[in-house]
Amino acid sequence: MSSETETAHTVGSGTTSDPTSASGGTSATGGTGAGGAASGPDPYAATARETTEGRVYTVTGGDWDTLAEDAQHDDRIIINMGPQHPSTHGVLRLVLELEGEIVTQARSVIGYLHTGIEKNCEYRNWTQGVTFVTRMDYLSPLFNETAYCLATEKLLGITAPRRAQVIRVLLMELNRIGSHLVALATGGMELGALTGMTAGFREREEVLHLLEFLTGLRMNHAFIRPGGVAQDLPDGYQDKISAFLKVMDGRLPDYDKLLTGQPIWKKRLQNVGYLPLDGCLQIGATGPILRCAGLEWDLRKIEPYCGYEEYDFEVPTLTDGDCYARYLLRVEEIHQSLKLVAQALQKLEPGPVMVEDAKIAWPARLTIGADGMGNSLEHVRKIMGQSMESLIHHFKLVTEGFRVPPGQAYAAVESPRGELGYHLVSDGGTRPLRVHVRDPSFVNLQSMPAMSEGGLVADVIAAVASIDPVMGGVDR
Amino acid sequence: MADSDMDKNDMDKNKDTAIDVVRGQHPSADMDADEQAEHQARGGVVAGRSRQGMFGVDDAGDTSGFGGLQLPAYSPAAAQRPYGGWFDDFTDELLAAMDERGVPADAIQQVTVDRGEITYYVRREHLVALCRLLRDDPALRFELCSSVSGVDYGAEVAQRLHSVYHLTSLTYRRRIRLEVAVEVSDAHVPSVVGVYPTADWHEREAWDMFGIIYDGHPGLTRILMPDDWDGHPQRKDYPLGGIPVEYKGAEIPPPDQRRSYS
Repeated sequence: MSSETETAHTVGSGTTSDPTSASGGTSATGGTGAGGAASGPDPYAATARETTEGRVYTVTGGDWDTLAEDAQHDDRIIINMGPQHPSTHGVLRLVLELEGEIVTQARSVIGYLHTGIEKNCEYRNWTQGVTFVTRMDYLSPLFNETAYCLATEKLLGITAPRRAQVIRVLLMELNRIGSHLVALATGGMELGALTGMTAGFREREEVLHLLEFLTGLRMNHAFIRPGGVAQDLPDGYQDKISAFLKVMDGRLPDYDKLLTGQPIWKKRLQNVGYLPLDGCLQIGATGPILRCAGLEWDLRKIEPYCGYEEYDFEVPTLTDGDCYARYLLRVEEIHQSLKLVAQALQKLEPGPVMVEDAKIAWPARLTIGADGMGNSLEHVRKIMGQSMESLIHHFKLVTEGFRVPPGQAYAAVESPRGELGYHLVSDGGTRPLRVHVRDPSFVNLQSMPAMSEGGLVADVIAAVASIDPVMGGVDR
Repeated sequence: MADSDMDKNDMDKNKDTAIDVVRGQHPSADMDADEQAEHQARGGVVAGRSRQGMFGVDDAGDTSGFGGLQLPAYSPAAAQRPYGGWFDDFTDELLAAMDERGVPADAIQQVTVDRGEITYYVRREHLVALCRLLRDDPALRFELCSSVSGVDYGAEVAQRLHSVYHLTSLTYRRRIRLEVAVEVSDAHVPSVVGVYPTADWHEREAWDMFGIIYDGHPGLTRILMPDDWDGHPQRKDYPLGGIPVEYKGAEIPPPDQRRSYS
């Protein structure tokens, strides 16, 4: 029916001398006749008459309303941003309906970075799972590892030794600094503040260097394992970390100088991407977005894990609920994280970094050999020459892994982006039955339409940057 | 500390019932009518697959002598009062609120307390009403739905698909878990998007990955896989691909067909 009306519009607007529209018109009238037989005469059907100039249609009825409306909405266009676009924070596709420069509807399309990590974990043992989950939210790998290990430990009914807990806190807070710096850097880049980007990535590089020194890898560390951490920290870690703290203390004020008071930065961010508290709760947004809406909700304080209750730190909150507040909050959280790193350094006392239970802990002490990291020669000598039982245990744990009693557990940590929860289900075997990740980026990204509809296109970029979604975590 | 002691007591108390449950357990899709009735009478909750042998090998490769070993599926034991901690008071409040709002008490099939977490197995007909009162009742106030996840317990398990909801109360700083179990042939669960808009993408993910149909969802489309994808990849019986190797036509078998140790 609509196609007939449309044909009537186009053909009726002028005389039809070309054969294509003439044939279109013929079929339209034919269609109307058939439709009329079934459901009465069509009130919008155009009447046709033959003239010397060709066939001419007379369009009547409510058609002009539709025409006028179409003319009013001339400016309406639908644009696709991404999935490959420098301003969409990764392979995120935004479908925006624009009325001039105003966004009337916005939707995000995800899944371009889906790698099936959750499914893959079901075919690896519990320890190997760490290697997968660390690759999800690639800007906060150590949070993924910790949350996964906390859930596994909950299922096993064990607690990591104290030194391991402090190392976890230390690494997580370093990681939080790095993650927030990337949020500032990429956010700055997307808004055109390229100096913000170079500065952010420069400082983040310091974090990565330090993490490489401490864990062996810059990213995807797989350092935190169920039961503790893979290894103790290397010699000289105190000096390195202290030096890092000094560097950061010196450089963080530069961000205030560069961005905080800068008029362009403020104009781009203030009163943009607003999301109030009730909106946050409905959409499920946590982390900086929720704290910028005024609620002091930080799992480190609310349900402390890894001994966070012993540390002295503030949970910054703001009430503006806009992009600028989120920027300020992230900078303040970096300061708090530095404070936490310094405290963790003080709390590190000698002790084991893995549970004593030989049924769970990795059997060998790893060392650096001539050909890289591997089992210590001492251990190899023992299992190959002295103790058959040790060999059996080594073999069982390394090939099969440990068994986890059946049941399910949910453990959550406060990642730089919000509540990072792991729902693990075990059927009693050596592999997880189900690994579900409640990734904060995934949930927070749902707030993009609420933040950007009714605003300008340029503000969509600011809103997405302030959500700081990491597509590796969104798509998993 | 008190909590863990409480758990231990619960475990001891539950031991008798747990054994009973395991003995009567035939978690297969081809249960006869009596077994089905008994299964339903227990609440119909199964959370695990039965296992055979010890090393995942079912052919002549198993020389361990454990090939005939049969392990029944794990079934979460129903908790007995007292549950311990805040669980008792909370459950009382919940039952009172349900009574007040006309949600029948048998909407909750089973309560399980395990590892310091409380799980309510819920009948799907009452899920939305239950979520609404959990959110709105001043004594409960679960403002945040942290996560909705699908779980597939495997082809041989009755009611193999579970939809698991983790609710968080910001007011009282509590977490609970709701769980709905459905058959794969009738995988319909009412959508809670009307109560918790955040469940929108979670439910789309569970539909995409497990094929759980959330009735009443505003736009239940695939979210991670392409729109024209066939099948639901995180189901346990979803066919997996192997990896062809460029040597004499060899192929690395799919992970579920490799020799495993569990």
